[in-house]
Amino acid sequence: MINYIIKRIGVAIPTLLILIAVTFYLMHAAPGGPFTSERPLPPQVLANIEAKYGLDQPIWRQMINYLWGILTEFDFGPSYKYHDRTVNEIISHGFPITLKYGFWSFIVAIGVGIPLGAIAAIRKNTWIDYLAVGVSIGAQVLPNFVMAPLLIIVFTLWLDWLPGGGWNGGEWQYLVMPVIALSTSYMASIARITRSSMLEVLNTNYIRTAKSKGLPTKVIFFRHVLKPSLLPVISYLGPAFVGLITGSVLIDIYFSTGGMGYFFVNAAFNRDYSVMMGITIVVGALTILFSLIADLLYAWIDPKIRY
Amino acid sequence: MIALNKNKIKVMAENLSDSSAGRSLWKDARMRFMQNKAATISLFILMSIVLFSFIGPYFAVWSYEQIDWNAMGSAARVGMPSIESGHFFGTDDLGRDLYSRVIQGTQISLMVGVLGASVAVIVGTLYGATSGYLGGKTDQIMMRIVDILMSIPYMFVLILLLVVFGRSIGMLFIGIGLLSWLDMSRIVRGQTLNLKNKEFIEAARVTGVSDFKIITKHIVPNLLGIVAVYATLLVPGIILAESFISFLGLGVQEPSTSWGALIKEGAGTISYDTEWQLLFPLAFFVVSLFCFYFIGDGLRDALDPKER
Repeated sequence: MINYIIKRIGVAIPTLLILIAVTFYLMHAAPGGPFTSERPLPPQVLANIEAKYGLDQPIWRQMINYLWGILTEFDFGPSYKYHDRTVNEIISHGFPITLKYGFWSFIVAIGVGIPLGAIAAIRKNTWIDYLAVGVSIGAQVLPNFVMAPLLIIVFTLWLDWLPGGGWNGGEWQYLVMPVIALSTSYMASIARITRSSMLEVLNTNYIRTAKSKGLPTKVIFFRHVLKPSLLPVISYLGPAFVGLITGSVLIDIYFSTGGMGYFFVNAAFNRDYSVMMGITIVVGALTILFSLIADLLYAWIDPKIRY
Repeated sequence: MIALNKNKIKVMAENLSDSSAGRSLWKDARMRFMQNKAATISLFILMSIVLFSFIGPYFAVWSYEQIDWNAMGSAARVGMPSIESGHFFGTDDLGRDLYSRVIQGTQISLMVGVLGASVAVIVGTLYGATSGYLGGKTDQIMMRIVDILMSIPYMFVLILLLVVFGRSIGMLFIGIGLLSWLDMSRIVRGQTLNLKNKEFIEAARVTGVSDFKIITKHIVPNLLGIVAVYATLLVPGIILAESFISFLGLGVQEPSTSWGALIKEGAGTISYDTEWQLLFPLAFFVVSLFCFYFIGDGLRDALDPKER
């Protein structure tokens, strides 16, 4: 196990370094520096500013400085557009918001998806099964950017139950629609995966043996069926996490929740490279960390994996 | 003697293919596909949508960028769908004809989906087949690279690419295609591992055919079935990605449009009683995606015997 963990971390670290290198070189391949504007600055002023931000040094030097700043002080440098804010401030402002509704979306996706899939598998070919399958097919074509406006039409414009956007410190009324919009399609995928893997497990010989020796259904389900049929779900958690964090960009824009996505898209429009780079790296680090955890969880649950 | 044998084999082969003409792999697959009602109906609906996006413009009264000054700014009162005004689907907030814009959006979204999927299919198939066929260290390194790329949040990188290299439709589909070949390469590699120890590959190797030729001439053609299935399932994924980016306003640029951009516009104005601005593009989007998924499922049932 320890060997496996070390090996897995040995993949995670180069991944992160590659991500940082790629984003860094991309930013430098971009036409125009951060200080080119409509009204060109006098060359002396420009040189001074560039010296202040260290932009006059060779690119590999800049990259090492940047990396060093992140590793030692968690410092992503200043924002090039908002001169009074650092990238750190922007991240620490937007990140907790994203984390809060992202966390709840994840809980909803798993907490509804797995039971739904399990019930559908156990009650195969009943109305519950058809409902679950129908929901999961429907949710595939209702991604977050379709769900979001539909939710607003129903709950804000017609029923007038929930506010159409804003954050307000994360009160539950402001949380409901972002969470539903973000989690629906992943909930559906999790339900579909759970259903099909559980059907497979239910047809195996050892379950038939368990039934024929007269074990109660509950014991069979919780002791023998649940664990092996969750394995495919666990391997889906990594991609689902990437999807959720990507979807959060849209949630921030549409519901004005003010999370990381809002700053990311704004930075994309303003060509505020350091902010884009900082957010991409933080998000990348998170996803890499998460897929590491998911893989370790998988290895821990599945005894067939040999390291 | 050898020539004689060759002739004999040829005749035998012809006889064989004659007798199995009714049940070749592809014919068999087509029959199974046709038996799947949902898939057949989806194929029919999707063809109608594609046909509509080509024939539709001939019935349009307004072009997709022309502004109807009557409807501009008062879309809620004047711009509703009607036959008389020529705005069959109504107008958007600027008074542009939604019928023409939906047609244009359909063309662009489908084009991005198909082109992006082709990029992904070509790159993924060649990469996966090469990795699987060569095996050993090369395979390990190539698959490690795929693992690494897979754990990168690609939507962020794609937006970065679009900002750095300019927001153009070409960049959009190259970017999406280049970032979505990863799954494809994994599937293809798995299949190649199965194939590469078969006799006919061994025979090719013994007769001195080069690796490149074996991959392109003998392995890839045998992968076509599975590639076709996943390509069909890839198209809706890419349309989704494009729509997502266009919804954020970072994709297709005005006056061109796509489903995502239209849904964004419609979603932005729902509080002004102009639901048609959302519902028409949304209907096209949802129905087409449904069709792609059902066709993909039908193809998988027809072509992938393991799944049955």
